[in-house]
Amino acid sequence: MDHLRMILQYFQSNSESVMNGICGLLALASIKMYTCFDFSCPCLPWYNMAYGLGIMFVPPIALFFCGLILNRQSLVMLEEWRRPQGHRKKDLAVIRYMCSSILQQAMVAPVIWIIVTLLDGKCLICAFSDSVDPEKFVGFTNASPVQVQQLLAKVPCKDDELMRNNTSHKAVSRYLCCWSQALGWSILLILIMAAFLTRWFRPCFNQATLLQARHWSNYIDIEQKIFEETCCEHSQLFAHMCILHFFESMRQEIKLHNFSLPSEGEGDLLPGITDQDQMNKLLKMWYYEKPPLDVSQVTQR
Amino acid sequence: MDKFRMIFQFLQFNQESFMNGICGIMALTSAQMYSAFDFSCPCLPHYNLAYGLGILLVPPFILFLLGFVLNNNVSMLVEEWRRPQGQREKDRAVLRYMFCSMAQRAMIAPAVWVLVTLLDGKCITCAFCTSVPVETLGNASHPSLSQGEMKRVLARIPCKEIYDGQELIVNEVAIRYLRCISQALGWCFVLLLTTLAFLVRSLRPCFTQAAFLKSRYWSHYIDIERKLFDETCAEHARSFAKVSIQQFFEGMSTDLAAVRCHLPRKVPADAGEATEKLLGITDQGTMNMALKSWHRCKPPLQLHPPALPSGNSWAVEGQPPTHTPVPRRETAAYYSWV
Repeated sequence: MDHLRMILQYFQSNSESVMNGICGLLALASIKMYTCFDFSCPCLPWYNMAYGLGIMFVPPIALFFCGLILNRQSLVMLEEWRRPQGHRKKDLAVIRYMCSSILQQAMVAPVIWIIVTLLDGKCLICAFSDSVDPEKFVGFTNASPVQVQQLLAKVPCKDDELMRNNTSHKAVSRYLCCWSQALGWSILLILIMAAFLTRWFRPCFNQATLLQARHWSNYIDIEQKIFEETCCEHSQLFAHMCILHFFESMRQEIKLHNFSLPSEGEGDLLPGITDQDQMNKLLKMWYYEKPPLDVSQVTQR
Repeated sequence: MDKFRMIFQFLQFNQESFMNGICGIMALTSAQMYSAFDFSCPCLPHYNLAYGLGILLVPPFILFLLGFVLNNNVSMLVEEWRRPQGQREKDRAVLRYMFCSMAQRAMIAPAVWVLVTLLDGKCITCAFCTSVPVETLGNASHPSLSQGEMKRVLARIPCKEIYDGQELIVNEVAIRYLRCISQALGWCFVLLLTTLAFLVRSLRPCFTQAAFLKSRYWSHYIDIERKLFDETCAEHARSFAKVSIQQFFEGMSTDLAAVRCHLPRKVPADAGEATEKLLGITDQGTMNMALKSWHRCKPPLQLHPPALPSGNSWAVEGQPPTHTPVPRRETAAYYSWV
């Protein structure tokens, strides 16, 4: 019993810590990907918005799906949801609990990407540089609307020859960067407040239901693991008996055709296969005619 | 049984984590190879496309094949596919499962290469620089060049130091445009792959869970059976060799006793275990003769010779192949090692 308890505790803690570890790794991978990524705004009127918003939203979606794929519990939850009822009723509270914990874990990396993007500011500057009101900035008043559009579109490209000595573009950059960082910090604050309130007030509502849901979701996870492990053990034993049965039937066959019976001295170690031809025959038989997947005769003894 | 369970758990965990480890190493190798590779665009009109697309597509194909080569379950799959049916039916679902799981693992490194290449942008810039829309990005008032001349100028966009078309289209503008397209393609590629993987993984429990469990079990079974058979053969070979060598030494000892009458015929009862193990060979000359004989005339692979040894027979079929064994109905002895 103690062994079983230790093993169960190991599985339980291991599964959660593994999932938290994967979550953390994805978050770090998200930050690393952003720092390695070479952001290069096209500085063309319509392309800027598409590129900027694309870089802000497409990688988080991909990271979200990655988070779901790498989470083993998502498969367990789906199986539990779609299984036929059979003899075991389905508890929707358990499925809801599992779903919410999976989604929370999967959302960490995308949110980190979005926040890092906003705090860095390049994406928003690229996306919205041609949407600012040129009246607010000196240096754009003497140009025609089309030219203003083009100039504003080139603001994110500091190395462009038109922008190098232009102070107005720096003003636009700073303006957009300020908005971007404000948005980033606000989102971070809101999320942390939400997490704090949820964690603080959750025990006040439905604590008993929550404990039950958490227990049974752990149970389903452990049951799945033990089933896979038992299948592995079973196939090991099945294979073992199948092979021994095969060797024994080769021995029977040799007995039928040999007049000199093998001596019993070697016993279990050499089941009737005592020369090269017999071994070659055995190996050939193994390839050309694998034994059927049926060891019922052996187990009925 | 507890010990068995722990060993099986370790083996299963080890095999999967080993394969995942290989996947991860290949993905990192792929990224590292790209960063170490010195991309150098030829900057000539038709060569650019060939070079750019070649670098984009040929290494992933090589990495995909390498993924199969490094996977030691490939031989198991091919063996199962090509074996004669015999007494055991072949299950196509199991073969499909094995192939799919191998192909999925092998696709990771090529996908990483394509992704890194697209996000970096040099390949697409090199391949498609002659297709840049000069009318929208370039200088409309520039005197028009012939098609060939235009292509020659545009082909030099990736090579900043020899680019001579600043009046036609500014180099940075073109490179930014192409890089933007390349990165957009890269991120769309990632999104497509992850969406596909997510759909495949999440739709499976909704439709074919029972069939999947069956295929997975039997594919693991085939793997385990193969390993166990190899182990059993190895043990048999060890016992065979032991008995064979023992018989050889006994034979030598008998021969020597027949030749040299003064050697004792049998070991004295009180000589002890160590003397018994010497098998009658007690001096250097005798040992040398035994070793020479082992080299010049190895004993036949037969442990119960009817009369004298009949010489080496590596490739001779001793008995004619028998008829196919009928399904065995007799009860078999059950050797239990558990």
